[in-house]
Amino acid sequence: MHKSSLTKVLFVLPVLFAFVMVMVVPFFFGLYYSMTDWNGVSETINFVGFVHFFNVFREPGFLNSFLITGAYTVINVVLVNVVGFILAMIVTSHLRLRNFYRAGFFAPYLIGGIVLGYIWQFLFNNALPTLGKLLDLDAFQVSFLSRSDSVIWAMSGVNVWQYAGYIMLIFIAAIQAVPSSLMEAAKVDGAGYFRRMFRILIPMMANAFTISLFLTLTTSFKQYDMNLTLTNGGPAARFLDEPVKASQLLAMNIFDTARANQMAQAQAKAVILFVALVIVALLQVWVSKRREVEQ
Amino acid sequence: MTKGKFRIGRFVGEVIVFAALLVYLIPFLLVVVNSAKTSKDILFDTLGWPADWNQLWTNIGLIFGNRTVHYAAAFFDSVVITVLSLVVIVLFSAMCAWALVRTHSTWATVVFFLFVAAMVIPFQVLMFPLVRWMRIFSDVIHLPMLQSFQGVVFAYMGFGAPLSIFIFHGFIKNIPYELEESAKIDGASEAGIFFKIVFPLLQSIIITVLILNGIWIWNDYLLPLLMLGSNGAVQTLPIAVTAFAGAYLKQWDLILTSTLIAMVPVIVLYLFAQRYIIKGMIDGAIK
Repeated sequence: MHKSSLTKVLFVLPVLFAFVMVMVVPFFFGLYYSMTDWNGVSETINFVGFVHFFNVFREPGFLNSFLITGAYTVINVVLVNVVGFILAMIVTSHLRLRNFYRAGFFAPYLIGGIVLGYIWQFLFNNALPTLGKLLDLDAFQVSFLSRSDSVIWAMSGVNVWQYAGYIMLIFIAAIQAVPSSLMEAAKVDGAGYFRRMFRILIPMMANAFTISLFLTLTTSFKQYDMNLTLTNGGPAARFLDEPVKASQLLAMNIFDTARANQMAQAQAKAVILFVALVIVALLQVWVSKRREVEQ
Repeated sequence: MTKGKFRIGRFVGEVIVFAALLVYLIPFLLVVVNSAKTSKDILFDTLGWPADWNQLWTNIGLIFGNRTVHYAAAFFDSVVITVLSLVVIVLFSAMCAWALVRTHSTWATVVFFLFVAAMVIPFQVLMFPLVRWMRIFSDVIHLPMLQSFQGVVFAYMGFGAPLSIFIFHGFIKNIPYELEESAKIDGASEAGIFFKIVFPLLQSIIITVLILNGIWIWNDYLLPLLMLGSNGAVQTLPIAVTAFAGAYLKQWDLILTSTLIAMVPVIVLYLFAQRYIIKGMIDGAIK
């Protein structure tokens, strides 16, 4: 009944061909290039083994990028999900304009990373200092982007502003799937608002949290566009007695390495990014799934 | 008495959330307001209302009339690339997902697993080999894949496939097979069954796939940058916006106006189709 047929094979082929050509083949080439002396200029490419994988970990710039990407990811995962959840709770309540609020809070998600970065660069460097002068607030008068201790937080803030509305939609879907009879029964039994939320609603939404944590984690880890146009890696900082860029996330470190014609080194760093991403993502899904089962 | 209290509480809640949303959306307002100012006014009166709204048209004219950055051409190219990519992604991903759902054999499972597994691969690990490989591929098929429309659209078809197939796959699994079976008994061909019966049923999930891919492709930066170059014959809006910012450092009248023009099509589309977009995103989230 469900046998493979020529038509079905032909239906699979076009998209499978494109997928293999742009993802599968470059992926394996990439693994190979990370073990060569590829510099993007010379035509001959020689195998050199794992040297880059050891050398890049001696670069303070790369280590710094690795650490701040980790910090940036943790901050984002927590803040985006908390804000997204609060927004979802608000717009699934009995408020009359709830559909309008949903549409409004989702709107920043429509802006791309490049445009987003310029807009917030303007807000941080021009609008907020002006507001600081107006209200006589010292904290606002120096841009958050120009201080190495606040720049990661500023980037996270921008990311939360853009991404919370999207995560909100995922949570709305999950909240609506929870049977209202269950919540009513708990209410009749005398459970308060927060008790109902933590004991019934959130456990019932475990699946949505698995998805939203995975999405926020992977997107933060791969962040490039907004990083480029908001800070371009700046300001300068020091790490392990070497000058580094305070907000140069991993993806930007990789791109800048390639710009310096160190293609193989950049590729090795990209492979490290990939492996780290897979490990963290698998761990997260594994932990989340285990919790889902326990519920 | 208690009912009155309840109503007042609800009204206060409504006002608070409404105010919070307005604050949340202030960045949009500041972009529009400052796009209607001269460079000088932006620096000296960042938070003020524009002196003359006509300045907005002047600035837009400056953007489209600029000789170093071909903004109008980039706008046109972005539309072409986004629309063509969406058409091929929706059509071929839906075909593929249906074939995979309705084929019970090992190869179908393996192919589907491949697509799902590829979703964790970051673009960073593919981008440099991709450019090199596409150059080789172009030479083999005698058709330029770099700096061309067909190359970018082909790439978006490949990169867009995993998520789109995953979403279609989840949806098609829940379509009862009986519908197709009766058509089969009536003598319809397999292609006929897909296009006449299955494809029309996908309408609601197609909207989800269109939105997710549309937002991504319209705003994407790295893929077009690598495959089209920063001053090739074909350009996209995000590349043009960075070109403005690079050429006119801190000239916020030009930079902000160029970001505004890049956002307008998406925002306008959103204002009209907001109900479907939100519904499509929520439906897609459960899958």
